[in-house]
Amino acid sequence: MEIAVIDYKGGNVQSVLFALERLGVQATLTAEPEQIRRADKVIFPGEGEAASAMRELRAQGLDQLLPTLTQPFLGVCLGMQLLGRHSEEGDTKLLGILPFEVKRFQPDAQHKVPHMGWNTLRQLRSPLFRGLREEDYVYFVHSYYAPVGTYTIAEGAHPAPFSAAVQHQNFYAVQFHAEKSGSVGTRILQNFLDL
Amino acid sequence: MLTKRIIPCLDVKDGRTVKGVRFEGLRDAGDPVALAAQYARQGADELVFLDITATNQKRQTLVALVRDVARELDIPFTVGGGISAVADVEALLLNGADKVSINSAALQRPELIDELAGRFGSQCIVVAVDARHTAEAGWQVYTRAGTQATGRDAVQWCREAAERGAGELLLTSMSHDGTKDGFALDVTGAVCAAVTVPVIASGGAGRMEHFTDVFQRAGADAGLAASIFHFGEIGIPELKRHLQSAGIPVRL
Repeated sequence: MEIAVIDYKGGNVQSVLFALERLGVQATLTAEPEQIRRADKVIFPGEGEAASAMRELRAQGLDQLLPTLTQPFLGVCLGMQLLGRHSEEGDTKLLGILPFEVKRFQPDAQHKVPHMGWNTLRQLRSPLFRGLREEDYVYFVHSYYAPVGTYTIAEGAHPAPFSAAVQHQNFYAVQFHAEKSGSVGTRILQNFLDL
Repeated sequence: MLTKRIIPCLDVKDGRTVKGVRFEGLRDAGDPVALAAQYARQGADELVFLDITATNQKRQTLVALVRDVARELDIPFTVGGGISAVADVEALLLNGADKVSINSAALQRPELIDELAGRFGSQCIVVAVDARHTAEAGWQVYTRAGTQATGRDAVQWCREAAERGAGELLLTSMSHDGTKDGFALDVTGAVCAAVTVPVIASGGAGRMEHFTDVFQRAGADAGLAASIFHFGEIGIPELKRHLQSAGIPVRL
């Protein structure tokens, strides 16, 4: 199985590669359109700031390529947010694969921003979560979020509900760091590889 | 609900864990990777590696360590200790560190926080603050491993660091560190009230109730300790069960 991990200086790339390595999978870090197109699975990691990430994607022509992919695709963290239409972060136009608008969390006395740490998953509805239970813990680090919609396949709350995971056709994405979420995250990555 | 985090801190020098570490079933307690994996299995929520290497080899050994840890560890970890250049931070993040913590370099040149947050995102920039209390000056910030007073007020500096883009603060009370008499509830509470980013409390943990106090009374988001975990005085599973029975959300 060929796994392409998209290389656009997106931050947590090495952690994703190591997590795949722990699952016995040798993935290829690449920005080559042909290599991405012919991979069996594509992983789109990301960490950092939306506007600079989109600039990097455009510079490499990946903003045109990614929406045309047809194999199972997994966005992680910023790699999930970038699939939406627009982000409040830097007033940024996104890839538009999913219809959500990315918004910033508003802190209050009990809810800090960034939303950082282990929080529960609820309303699980996808083969991506096979073997998981409602209220299993995963690791989040983010200040922006996608609201809940028809595309939501798992919810988190901080305190309002947000999309912890989304799906549209072959495009799956998780807001949390599956590669850093202990055995629960490992199971999710394995489930993605099994799709 | 977001849980409170328990964070063991490992001091490393020349790529090896220092401070006596006693762990059942660990053949080499000086191996940071084996120790990190053991803590992850016990339910640690994150780890912090503090590099105290003073030699010119520092950068290379630290990057190599980060790579080795990231290859094994499936929970987040932060690396700190003498980090002062954008290039250092980039190398650590690219090799698998989830966050880096900066301390003296930020005090020397506060704009470094803005630069790092702008370049890498706030989520991976932790500002570590060493504070000491004196009757005359209140809570003051110290630099250079706590040897030098800066004249800065701890709460004000924490607020400035957060405004400049720190995604998290690691607040150590040097007045409490090593005492095992409990965390500094007053200054931790004051910092938690002054910023909207998460705060890790450090220094003074000796008993499980100290963690309950710092979460419930000071509002800390995470509690960090070293020797009580390394010497097995408090086990992470029993600590988390204790916190849960006190009504504190933890990941079990």
